[in-house]
Amino acid sequence: MRFGEPVLELVRGMWITFKSIFERPVTVQYPEEKRPVRPRFRGRHVLHRYENGLEKCIGCSLCSAACPSDAIFVEAAENTDEARYSPGERYASTYEINMLRCIYCGFCEDACPTEAITLGDNYELTFTDRRDAIYDKDMLIEPLPAGSDELTPQKVKPGVHTRAVPEMKNPDD
Amino acid sequence: MTDRVTLTIDGKQVTVPAGMLVVDAAKKVAVHIPIFCYHPKLGSAAMCRQCLVEVGRPIIDHATGHPELEDGFPRIQFSAKLETACTTLVSEGMVVLTQSERARKGQKEVLEFLLTSHPLDCPICDKGGECPLQNLTMAHGPGKSRFLFDEKHHAEKQVPLGELIFLDRERCIQCGRCVRFQENVAGEPVIGFYQRGRSMDIVSFSEPGFDSVFSGNTTDICPVGALTTADFRFGARPWELMAAASICSQCAVGCNTTLNTRREARSDGQIVVKRVMPRQNEQVNELWICDKGRFAGYHYTERDDRLLKPQVRRDDKFRSVSWDAAFLQAAEKLQDAEKPVFLVSGRLSNEDLFNLLQLADGLGAETLLYTNMGGGDLTGMVGLTSGSNLADLGLGDVILVVASDLQEEAPLWWLRIKQAAERGAMLIVVNPRETKLEKHADYVVRYAYGDEIKTIQDMNKATHKIHKVFAKAANAVIFYGSEGLGLEGSSGLAGACTSLLVDTGHYARPNNGLVGVWQRANDQGAWELGFRPVKDLQVIFDKSEVVYIVGADPVGDGAVRLKKRKPFMIVQELLSTDTVGHADLVLPARAFTEREGTYTSGERRVQRFYQAVPPRGESRPDYEIVAEIAARLDTALEREPGLVMDQLAEHIPAFGGISYLKVSEVVEQWPVINRSELFYGGAVYENTQGLGMQLRPAPVTSFPVSKGKGGLRPKEGLLLAVPVNKLYDQGLTVLSAPLLRERIGELKVCMNPDEADRLGFENGARLRIGLNGNNAKALLVVDPTVPSGILLVPRSMGLPIFEAGMPVLSKVRKKVTG
Repeated sequence: MRFGEPVLELVRGMWITFKSIFERPVTVQYPEEKRPVRPRFRGRHVLHRYENGLEKCIGCSLCSAACPSDAIFVEAAENTDEARYSPGERYASTYEINMLRCIYCGFCEDACPTEAITLGDNYELTFTDRRDAIYDKDMLIEPLPAGSDELTPQKVKPGVHTRAVPEMKNPDD
Repeated sequence: MTDRVTLTIDGKQVTVPAGMLVVDAAKKVAVHIPIFCYHPKLGSAAMCRQCLVEVGRPIIDHATGHPELEDGFPRIQFSAKLETACTTLVSEGMVVLTQSERARKGQKEVLEFLLTSHPLDCPICDKGGECPLQNLTMAHGPGKSRFLFDEKHHAEKQVPLGELIFLDRERCIQCGRCVRFQENVAGEPVIGFYQRGRSMDIVSFSEPGFDSVFSGNTTDICPVGALTTADFRFGARPWELMAAASICSQCAVGCNTTLNTRREARSDGQIVVKRVMPRQNEQVNELWICDKGRFAGYHYTERDDRLLKPQVRRDDKFRSVSWDAAFLQAAEKLQDAEKPVFLVSGRLSNEDLFNLLQLADGLGAETLLYTNMGGGDLTGMVGLTSGSNLADLGLGDVILVVASDLQEEAPLWWLRIKQAAERGAMLIVVNPRETKLEKHADYVVRYAYGDEIKTIQDMNKATHKIHKVFAKAANAVIFYGSEGLGLEGSSGLAGACTSLLVDTGHYARPNNGLVGVWQRANDQGAWELGFRPVKDLQVIFDKSEVVYIVGADPVGDGAVRLKKRKPFMIVQELLSTDTVGHADLVLPARAFTEREGTYTSGERRVQRFYQAVPPRGESRPDYEIVAEIAARLDTALEREPGLVMDQLAEHIPAFGGISYLKVSEVVEQWPVINRSELFYGGAVYENTQGLGMQLRPAPVTSFPVSKGKGGLRPKEGLLLAVPVNKLYDQGLTVLSAPLLRERIGELKVCMNPDEADRLGFENGARLRIGLNGNNAKALLVVDPTVPSGILLVPRSMGLPIFEAGMPVLSKVRKKVTG
């Protein structure tokens, strides 16, 4: 070992430290700052609405059937034109997801026939009580789209929203 | 020609009776040919073409009459086209290929065709999850359709066929199962096809819509979601439901049912019954249940006025007490009384009744059955015995129905008797007015109200035609009811019927005997155990110190009027009835859905029901409450229903050999119904929890001579009110079903048009009727089938009527407003 080599190494190391003083920091100041998630990130579920404010969810329970950890509970009821929640005859009167059970696999998204449920980008799930981990429909449903002021249930004209599942298109087209 | 033929289906050889269809024969070797329109109980229609198979038959050498051989095997010629397995009869040497390329292609293409106009709204369809079309599409369907999407048939969704059944015309595949069921099985063709081709619809042409007591069954056999019940609409998805075997508690038939349950947020997180489904028992209800059982079967157990805690009356107010205090008080009161009275009803299970009997024995108490129909002592002696099955009755047998409108009182018996008549059994209907069963009868005997007993006694004279028919018949069964009759009259009628059966030798062997058309599920069991009714309950209430009332509402029914001095009343009940309102000690019991037990049906079959939902409040099963009271009187009684039954079998000779193990036995039934092959039998549940077991005939030494007198006879110029039984009445169990409210309606009394003219009432008039000191408003229906001088008053509809009586009629004056 030549004399002075350890000193050189020390200087080289310090140089890297010194250099990084002038670089932008990689630390994200969470929670003031949030790091954007990847496009296919699977976070907390969101229940979507159509543009007219009606809920996409029709209460079919297929998400609950697909769920491998039995985290979803759905109960359905009947729509009327006086009080319409979703297109078609049926809507979810109760929709609950137990976030402690959920494994964020996304099977519910796959099972949904109306693309009503998606796993969003919210990963901030903390609870101080097991009961708080059960998210109900009001917590999951997305806010009203811009330009729409009608919440559900809506009073609608009869004979308009008759199809629960959006009209099917020929997949070959 | 031999009666049995051997054929090969998919390489499996099977020998079946000649005349069988290929689709049924395949079932024997577990080959499941897809079907939609065929149903083992409905027969062939060949409307859907789904069951296409390749059929080959051996080539017969005309010279020898034997099959031509090739390498030692018969030469098989396959038909040029595919054949429908649901119409092709089996023949000797037949070869059926259900999985060949040609057959599979045929099945696949038919399915593709059926789907061209199906809306595919499975996510919101109540059938989704137990849908034959869905399942067969997964098994046999094409992945893609070649038909144009915009050519689908669109129709308005959800057309109510009545208040009970909804029709979705888009989903209908026009198999006609529902139409054929109503016409051939239920015998009430109230729905039919309208239009043709793609616009073919199912329509109801009755008022009210789909006016049949069997309408719910069409939703079970519908192979798609075209027919669904309003009761279960969007209630749950089928795969989320749990199933518990049960027995219908609405009448004496004892239909086997399955209660589907689910935990619900709507019911505060409780597990609740969501629907009642039939469970196969070919000896009782086959695959069917009536609408009363389906739509009113469980709602009363979920009423808000269920009793949840033991209560005592203190200073004229109810106070909740602990069970321990309640038991202690009941025990003390019963012990201190000189001769306590136990008043029980046929709503209780055999186990409850047996424990009550044991407790009463220990106390020296009087045991009374709350009913207004007698003759159960005789049905115990000459009733149906083990090995009886109404489905065995046919040519050479005779069935007599007297004083009962069976379709209103026991719809499933009506159905099975009608079928027996169609098989060739001689059906004799003896009734004072026209009933629906008469259409299928060989003989109709009409008598005047009051002549019931005399009519049957006349038939028992050796020269009488009906006596000769009975003497000649291989088997004979008599169903007797209580139309127009009270306790004494019906006891007398039972006696007359017994004489006829005994004199012609039709008793104490299978398929022969007397059946009482009881109003409650376990009336027969109560009689078998030795409970007997008493003619005048009022006297009992007037003189007794302590009355222990279990499962009966004598105050609400108007059977007793409580006076200032009333006995100490211990009432064990489910709901807050009027009797409970006057009770001194209230013991909350569990409903049949919340506990185990057995009922003895009118055919003397002991059948077991299981717990489906958790109990409400602090309620306890009746047998347990009785055992607890007994324990405080130093009498040890069993608290486990199975053990109570063992004791019961030991003590009561008729129940000899019966145990929970025995009543839970199952043998293979035909047709083979299976929830995994829904397309064959429908959504009906298979029976894995027990077919029940029939009681032995009680040893007969002598028969009591029938002396009872019939009801009152109509007198010239006077009107006589007679009680009749209705399926949908205002009893609490039926009234609690929200859907049936419209069908129950208000109190309607019927009268002959001549009589109405004479009295100056028109059809639809509002009358005030006074009868035996009770008053009620009623709607008058003028009906030419009612005999003159008679006013038909339905039981349990607001006007207490136990026997025929003289009514006082007056018009309700309309208030003039304005």
